[in-house]
Amino acid sequence: MYSISICLLFVFYPMFTTLRRIIRSGFVSFWRNGVVSAASVLVMTVTLFTLGTTIFLGALLHSSLEYLKEKVDVNIYFVTTAVEDEIMGVKTALDTLPEVAETVYTSREQALEEFKTRHENDYTTLQALEELEENPLGASISVRAKETSQYESIARYLEDHGMAGGSEGSIVESVNFYQNKTAIEKLNGIIDGMDKISFVVTVFLVVISVLITFNTVRLAIYTAREEIAIMRLVGADNIFIRGPFIVEGILYGIFAALVTLLALYPVTKWLGDETERFFGTMNIFDYYMQNFWQILFIIAGAGIVLGILSSFLAVRRYLRV
Amino acid sequence: MIRFDNVSKEYRDNGNSITNALYDITLGVEQGEFVSIVGHSGAGKTTLLKMLLAEESPSTGAVFFEEVDIHGLSNKEIPQLRRRIGTVFQDFKLLPNKTAYENIAFAMEAAGRSDEEIAADVPQALELVDLGDKVWNFPHQLSGGERQRIAIARAIINQPDLLIADEPTGNLDPLNTQDIIDVLRKINELGTTILLTTHNKGVIDDLGKRVITMEGGRIIRDDKHGRYVL
Repeated sequence: MYSISICLLFVFYPMFTTLRRIIRSGFVSFWRNGVVSAASVLVMTVTLFTLGTTIFLGALLHSSLEYLKEKVDVNIYFVTTAVEDEIMGVKTALDTLPEVAETVYTSREQALEEFKTRHENDYTTLQALEELEENPLGASISVRAKETSQYESIARYLEDHGMAGGSEGSIVESVNFYQNKTAIEKLNGIIDGMDKISFVVTVFLVVISVLITFNTVRLAIYTAREEIAIMRLVGADNIFIRGPFIVEGILYGIFAALVTLLALYPVTKWLGDETERFFGTMNIFDYYMQNFWQILFIIAGAGIVLGILSSFLAVRRYLRV
Repeated sequence: MIRFDNVSKEYRDNGNSITNALYDITLGVEQGEFVSIVGHSGAGKTTLLKMLLAEESPSTGAVFFEEVDIHGLSNKEIPQLRRRIGTVFQDFKLLPNKTAYENIAFAMEAAGRSDEEIAADVPQALELVDLGDKVWNFPHQLSGGERQRIAIARAIINQPDLLIADEPTGNLDPLNTQDIIDVLRKINELGTTILLTTHNKGVIDDLGKRVITMEGGRIIRDDKHGRYVL
């Protein structure tokens, strides 16, 4: 056991020494090339900030669409003579449909209560209601689909089972899908369109900023091409030459991520209330705070990967022996 | 120790016109020799030296360093060859963002030497070139002569078998030139083979060692105790 660990020490110690030297050398050149490092960090910050913005925009879009989808439902109104058992039969049948997310039954009594509370300040209406001996309101089921595009098939199901309303002897009085149909279809179109547009815009922005970062790092390393030639001449192998540049790239990424995360704090705080008022759904500052670690992980990860990749590619040009 | 076997080097411009940098060079250098190569600019001196460092490869012929065919080496083996050859150039080729100490230590780190060896050897090398007090200066804070002495210290730090000095005094005044040549002579006396190219007649005549004269890519003279004749 002891001899094995001694062997391992002999194998790995030089590797650790090289790694330690590479890391130290990377830190030292990051510090000594202050201006170049600062410029690279700034450019990468712009890239990461773009990435951060797309995360927030995506979340905002998603939450507004979710909010709108929640608002959409289809109500089945039953005739006043419909028996509760039959209505519950319809409800159970609907619940078994794969498209249905939720059904809510409102009995005649509940409907009356809701009507009364809604009109509690409307004295004439309430009085007119009093005049009637019987509850004029029918029971209803509100159906929410998993996707807005599925309302169509739910409506078709009702139609196929003679529950589209209006027909002779049916317990269903009406289904308001047909009134909401155009609104639902329009919303579907908007959701599809927004998804596509935001995807294209995100890809476009990210590609452009990645290219800019690549070029900046390439320029930073271009200024070091003489040094790379000297290192080769002194007998440094490729890992030893490339390593410190990659460490520098990682440092660019980490610092840029830090600056980005710091900058997002006041920006989201400032925009938080505005977004809440405008979209009515979420406050991006709260979103930032709640998902802070995830966002940190994405942004720092992207920064580090970008730093490594651009350094790696940039040095490769000057390493040909 | 070094052998050039019928080495020629041609450069092609746009695929048709051919420029010859070296014509059929055959040359041997023994361990411990101090050889000066003289010739006009463009005579082929630097191309010859670059071949030893595997920076250039011959169009025909072969170059041997201790029986190893330099141009048969893989990309992985080339750094190991270069660690056995110290190099000094007219433009010093120091790393601008590293101090005198770090420039010398870099060559040792690249060769995979231990921290203890580095801590022991670098100050010694700096003493040898008489720069013990400039350890933490950056190259731009040093004079030309001082920079060249740092470069020499770096070149010998790994105890190379061969030191290549390509016009090391080209940018220096006579006083610094004398200093550099004295250091080179001292290194040669300690057993390192030296290949020197220079345009300085005084240096060559003063050395009184082997002189190879080149012209138009050919060796035209090879004198055991030569003088500068051009």
